[in-house]
Amino acid sequence: MSNIDLTAAVVPLKTPRLERQIFEVRAMKSLALTALTWAAAILASIPLFSVIYMLVVQGGARLDWEALSALPPAGFEMGGGFGNAIVGTLVMVAIATALSVPVGILAALYLAIIGPQSKISEVARFFAKVLTGFPSILAGVFAYATVVLWMGSYSAWAGGIALAVLMLPTVTLAAEEAMKQVPQRMKDAAFGMGCTRSQVIWKVVLPTGMSGILTGVILAVAGAAGESAPLLFTALFSNYYLTELAEPTASLSILIYNFSGMPFENQIELAWAASLVLVLIVLVFNILARVLGRPRY
Amino acid sequence: MNAIAEAAVPVAASYKPAGQVVIDCHVKSIHYGKFHAVRDSIVPIEKNRITGFIGPSGCGKSTVLRSLNRMNDLVDGFRFDGHVHYHSKDIYAKKVDPVVVRRYIGMVFQQPNPFSMSIYDNVAFGLRLNRYKGDLDERVEKALRSAALWEEVKNKLRNSGLSLSGGQQQRLCIARAIATEPDVLLMDEPCSALDPIATRQVEELMLELKEHYTVALVTHNMQQATRVADTTAFFSVDISGGGRTGYLVEMGPTREIFEAPREKLTRDYISGQFS
Repeated sequence: MSNIDLTAAVVPLKTPRLERQIFEVRAMKSLALTALTWAAAILASIPLFSVIYMLVVQGGARLDWEALSALPPAGFEMGGGFGNAIVGTLVMVAIATALSVPVGILAALYLAIIGPQSKISEVARFFAKVLTGFPSILAGVFAYATVVLWMGSYSAWAGGIALAVLMLPTVTLAAEEAMKQVPQRMKDAAFGMGCTRSQVIWKVVLPTGMSGILTGVILAVAGAAGESAPLLFTALFSNYYLTELAEPTASLSILIYNFSGMPFENQIELAWAASLVLVLIVLVFNILARVLGRPRY
Repeated sequence: MNAIAEAAVPVAASYKPAGQVVIDCHVKSIHYGKFHAVRDSIVPIEKNRITGFIGPSGCGKSTVLRSLNRMNDLVDGFRFDGHVHYHSKDIYAKKVDPVVVRRYIGMVFQQPNPFSMSIYDNVAFGLRLNRYKGDLDERVEKALRSAALWEEVKNKLRNSGLSLSGGQQQRLCIARAIATEPDVLLMDEPCSALDPIATRQVEELMLELKEHYTVALVTHNMQQATRVADTTAFFSVDISGGGRTGYLVEMGPTREIFEAPREKLTRDYISGQFS
């Protein structure tokens, strides 16, 4: 038995067929599934591309300096634009950013570093997540019930506060995530150098997490810029340029809503142009998020 | 308690340091929550020498090292019983600020941990932290030269500290730690993440550093201890109490520990016969 017959191993094997067999069952399945994923991917991008196509074709025609700067036209008037709505949108988004970013980052600091396991953190994190899925019109109701009724008037403040309510959870959760990404060993290094906890936060955690925090902030800004529901009964609308923050204020999204339902060709064209401008604003913010969100080191 | 414990304490205490003691560490016990991590260990750290800590995993050598600059205070449930006299002041005294302790007793970690900043800013970090008023460039260059890294990085000081290789990152961390000219440098397995060439460079660096600094080094590598340590402390794990409590078995000049250990445990560990 000790003599193992080695000759068996030397018998030449049948030459295997290594060429691709198109009509084999496995290959056909693969082909069908590949085709299916392609079809699904194309189908999913049809709405986006058709909307952008329509906006460029329909809105691009009216996009000139007059449209960007002039005031909205009345009923049968020709020409006009939506300069006040661009300013209104930018101002309200700025108010919302100024309110939500400091609060959001401080809240994230608590959630990520100061008391990540505490009861307060668990509750706050849960509510922040619930708030991200909050119907945006309810943010408007909240601002109406507090700011509008209290001030006695629709205003840019109320619109900005409604948008801030919507931005807050996005900023908080994104900033928390960015701060958690800062490796423990970097924090150890900072403590080992003789940093106090606040120095660790200011000199290491925030700079290291900054790109992630900025990405979260800018995406929240882009989302807020496109909101219309929370502005309906907080900022309302105005046919004039903003002179005071305590007055009703125009915004692109409400202008689009108003003008697109009108029976006048001129207004409908302007609604298309305003839609294009809104998309461009959101696009610019998204590109900014990409550029500023790139880690520096 | 038990036989090993009673044997261990007198041996550890019997080491009479020849040089000037910078840190006199007397551990009665160290706990993490309910876990009894280290007991009865007396570890003097001598000036301008390298003190090596060796022993099997879980023997408490890193815990003792991190107790020397209160890094363990960052761990929840950490409790230190005993005292650590640094220039005859107890760093665990109530009035002492652990943040200040760490500025005098610096640390180099197991994993290289540069900040996500430029090489220059990494080294300047501690100087800026201490509001250093002098010539920052000069001190950064000096620290990088002392860490044997200057020639490799002098033309790319603005590049990210994270773009360097593992060995270079660790030397950058050493440069960062010595830029503020601390008194003592604690090194917690600084070479375990490095290849043999980088290890060699860091070891040569340690030998140069001891001219100006006092070094305490935890290492898993016994050859490393024989190559660089002047004094070696051997720790082991005591499982007799049901837990896994580390303690100092024997401490002495490195040659004695490796060539003529007094304890059987030390002898077994060094010859590779551990149970």
